[in-house]
Amino acid sequence: MKNQEINSQEYKYGFTTDIENIKAPKGLTENTIKFISKIKKEPKWMLDWRLKAFNRLKVLKEPNWQKPKFPKIDYQDLYYYSAPKSMKDKPQNLDEVDPKLIETYKKLGIPLNEQKRLNGIAVDAVFDSVSVATTFKGELTKKGIIFCPISEAIQKHPDLVKKYIGSVIPISDHYFATLNSAVFTDGSFVYIPPNTRCPMELSTYFRINASETGQFERTLIIADKGSYVSYLEGCTAPMRDENQLHAANVELVALDDAEIKYSTVQNWYPGDKNGVGGIYNFVTKRGACRGKNSKISWTQVETGSAITWKYPSCILQGDNSVGEFYSIAITNNYQKADTGTKMIHLGKNTKSKIISKGISAGNADNTYRGLVDINSKATNSRNYTQCDSLLMGNKCGAHTVPYIKNKNSSSTIEHEATTSKINEEQLFYCNQRGLNQEEAVSLIVNGFCKEVLQQLPMEFAVEAQKLVSISLEGSVG
Amino acid sequence: MLQLKDVKASINNKSIIKGLNLNIKPGEVHAIMGPNGSGKSTLANVLSGKSGYEVSGNLTYQGQNLKEIPIEERAQKGIFLAFQYPLEIPGVNTSNFLKTSLNCVRKSKGEKELDTLTFLKLIKEKASELNIDEKFLSRQLNVGFSGGEKKKNEILQMKLLEPKLSILDETDSGLDIDALRIVADGVNSYKNKDNAFLIITHYQRLLDYIKPDFIHVLSDGKIIKTGNAELGQELEKSGYENLN
Repeated sequence: MKNQEINSQEYKYGFTTDIENIKAPKGLTENTIKFISKIKKEPKWMLDWRLKAFNRLKVLKEPNWQKPKFPKIDYQDLYYYSAPKSMKDKPQNLDEVDPKLIETYKKLGIPLNEQKRLNGIAVDAVFDSVSVATTFKGELTKKGIIFCPISEAIQKHPDLVKKYIGSVIPISDHYFATLNSAVFTDGSFVYIPPNTRCPMELSTYFRINASETGQFERTLIIADKGSYVSYLEGCTAPMRDENQLHAANVELVALDDAEIKYSTVQNWYPGDKNGVGGIYNFVTKRGACRGKNSKISWTQVETGSAITWKYPSCILQGDNSVGEFYSIAITNNYQKADTGTKMIHLGKNTKSKIISKGISAGNADNTYRGLVDINSKATNSRNYTQCDSLLMGNKCGAHTVPYIKNKNSSSTIEHEATTSKINEEQLFYCNQRGLNQEEAVSLIVNGFCKEVLQQLPMEFAVEAQKLVSISLEGSVG
Repeated sequence: MLQLKDVKASINNKSIIKGLNLNIKPGEVHAIMGPNGSGKSTLANVLSGKSGYEVSGNLTYQGQNLKEIPIEERAQKGIFLAFQYPLEIPGVNTSNFLKTSLNCVRKSKGEKELDTLTFLKLIKEKASELNIDEKFLSRQLNVGFSGGEKKKNEILQMKLLEPKLSILDETDSGLDIDALRIVADGVNSYKNKDNAFLIITHYQRLLDYIKPDFIHVLSDGKIIKTGNAELGQELEKSGYENLN
């Protein structure tokens, strides 16, 4: 009985907003793509780009090298665009936005109205296929910072979008990335002008609401010379017994001396305790450290989704550029994760650091898969990798699959990996100090994840800690 | 405070404690001595509620049947075990652990949880009483601590949680003379008429500093002799072998 109660508390974002939608016709066809492009009032070059991707998609196959296998997805049985009807006329300010949408975000803990906005955090709220609202736009504009839905950027800043979209993830990259290029709907666009430090955290909150609908978010962040930005995304979805597809593309570009810090707290619906339902989170995230001395840092806390398949990567082109990847992946019940990173060292004196913490409970399966690739020209490059896995119970699995390619004799590569079971003695020690089982697990696991949690922006670190504990509730004893 | 009547305990069908009787009253200090494998640590584990043991007999703590109380509630009700081998918990800050622990105990008593500032003031006070460097509090729990530091940390936790019954499981082993004195001072300064101690040790050494009211000799799962402080000195001279 106690377990059931815990399970029903586990996913508190599982509600559905009852709202009238406009949908694209079902199926993946040229007409669907034209529908999306038209409803977004896109210029012709964008539609052409989408169709090029669509043609390429016809010859591609889904990747099958990852550990989690999934039933065949019927791409003709999905909706590729779904947006609240009320968003059709593009509300000019929050007063014009459907109160049901405002209420939805309020329930998710993301107040959008002026008075109650999160302090020092600008939010772009994406609901299914459309951005609902973006806060603090005015203040950011004063500094020359562009933070808006990508569909708006395509219309208002076509030169920037044209120059950078697809420059990190080419449209022919692989099945899910190419699918996204053909049918992407909304996401955020960020441009930080030279020598500007973005004065607040930028964040996007992705919400899937409609059923039988895939979400194809596209985000593009450009940090011009000498600039800095910290960006955070959060995600949730209703509880359903179907599997829903989320195939996002995120591209980051850092020019000379620029730094981008990108954090994710992924809490898509993970499915129920028997593994029914949940999101397929098949995401392509890649950053290019294009300029010298540039830096891109990925931090991810992956607690949701039925299957997580993502490898936020860094292409270290500029000399002295730095790539970092900090990851916590938690899988419970029947969740599966195959996640890691690729660090491609091209420039001289490039450095990368990978810290991965995988936690597996219940019947779940967790794989770290990573590539460190040091090019022949990348003299004096360094990589440090640390992969730790923690197992809870005896029905779950943890796997570490590191690939290392080194073509340069002056480079240094270090790899450390550990796998451990949650220690009964540690639990006993905590219990003997008055902590109950769940408090003890939470304390030990948060300690295990600490190096990654402390990378998160302060405002989110506390939330993430709680999420880590909630994701594992009921997994021991 | 604690009454044990004909207590038997076994693990994996191996019988370890074979009919033990013990009565501890508030204000008393009891020492348990005995050779390796006589069941000393098992007794500490059984009293604190560690899982894996098959336990029979009567165990009464403050009028309650101890067997029915889960581990964390025993701790909340004042049973404290200073571990022989305190556990390392990587990534968990020592002072954060102590605060979580203290607040769990306070919560169970219906007391207000302490905020960080109040807690830090309290813990720094307690630490300085034990000659513990403040830096110690910001380190990861027991990670990289020397044997002496780990044991001092146990005594610090005892003083912080203010238990009714403190069980010290070979807290003296591995301590140098200075650390031993600090540990003993910690115990002596906390000792009062309301709380009791059960000190498990191999050696008379610790009992030179903490004067027990009773010494029990445990052998093959039974108390074979009980005496006052002088029994310890006798044992030191003649060993356990000549007791029978």
